[in-house]
Amino acid sequence: MAEKSGMHMEYDINKEDFNSAGEASSKVKKTLNMLGVDNKVIKRVAIAMYEAEINAFIHGGGGMAVADIYTDKIVIEISDHGKGIENLELAMQEGYSTASEEIRMMGFGAGMGLPNIKKNVDELDIRTGPGEGTDLKMTFKLN
Amino acid sequence: MKLSELVKEMDLNVVTGEIARDCDISGVYMCDLLSRVMSRASEDGIWITVMAHVNIVAVAELVNLACIMVPEGIAVQQETIEKAKEENITIVSTGLTGYEAACRLHDLLD
Ligand SMILES: Nc1ncnc2c1ncn2[C@@H]1O[C@H](COP(=O)(O)OP(=O)(O)O)[C@@H](O)[C@H]1O
Ligand SMILES: [Mg+2]
Repeated sequence: MAEKSGMHMEYDINKEDFNSAGEASSKVKKTLNMLGVDNKVIKRVAIAMYEAEINAFIHGGGGMAVADIYTDKIVIEISDHGKGIENLELAMQEGYSTASEEIRMMGFGAGMGLPNIKKNVDELDIRTGPGEGTDLKMTFKLN
Repeated sequence: MKLSELVKEMDLNVVTGEIARDCDISGVYMCDLLSRVMSRASEDGIWITVMAHVNIVAVAELVNLACIMVPEGIAVQQETIEKAKEENITIVSTGLTGYEAACRLHDLLD
């Protein structure tokens, strides 16, 4: 059984406030820094969580970010009640993106989010479907 | 080379007012796609981008960049500057193009 080191964080991902996109990831990163977690792990968490958080903003219409830090792992869950992912296999391919022109003009929508997430997590559990929202559970092991 | 020395050498405009973290520059990455920057830019590096909207700050913070460099004298939105100050991120600007700036950096940083 994983022992809890008493760290549980929850953040709103408010789609009206796109300027704050990435803030949940930033806060979790700072906490991991403070706790002295290995820099390489922090970098992986930061990349994966940021991509998932941005997806919840631009594709999912906002949602929630939850982070739990245990002694042996970090679990991050990003969920939204948006339109869900129709074809997950396609969405996981590098370069595939349904992002609007406006979003692309801002430097998002490279179609690298989900592939980057996959590369950086130890375990990935995605629950999604048309009209079902999207829920990404990412686990990072700590030695 | 330290960021402060680089600012002098290249006569950069520190749009955030002061250097938030004067570290040794580790490298340079030039790209406008945020996902690429997230995964490829290195800690203490310089990121050259024409994006000047507020979302670049979170990327710089998450990667622990030395600074964001905006080329071609592009105006940085006030909102971006405020957010960068809050997050302890330095933004510099130059009149050079991204390519010219990268060439200068190549000569200076070896
Ligand atoms: N939370 C989400 N809700 C709905 N669709 C999503 C979500 N996350 C990803 N997608 C879909 O999967 C595609 C690929 O995602 P991603 O790899 O992050 O690339 P990008 O965000 O650059 O488009 C998106 O363009 C979108 O169609
Ligand atoms: Mg994405």
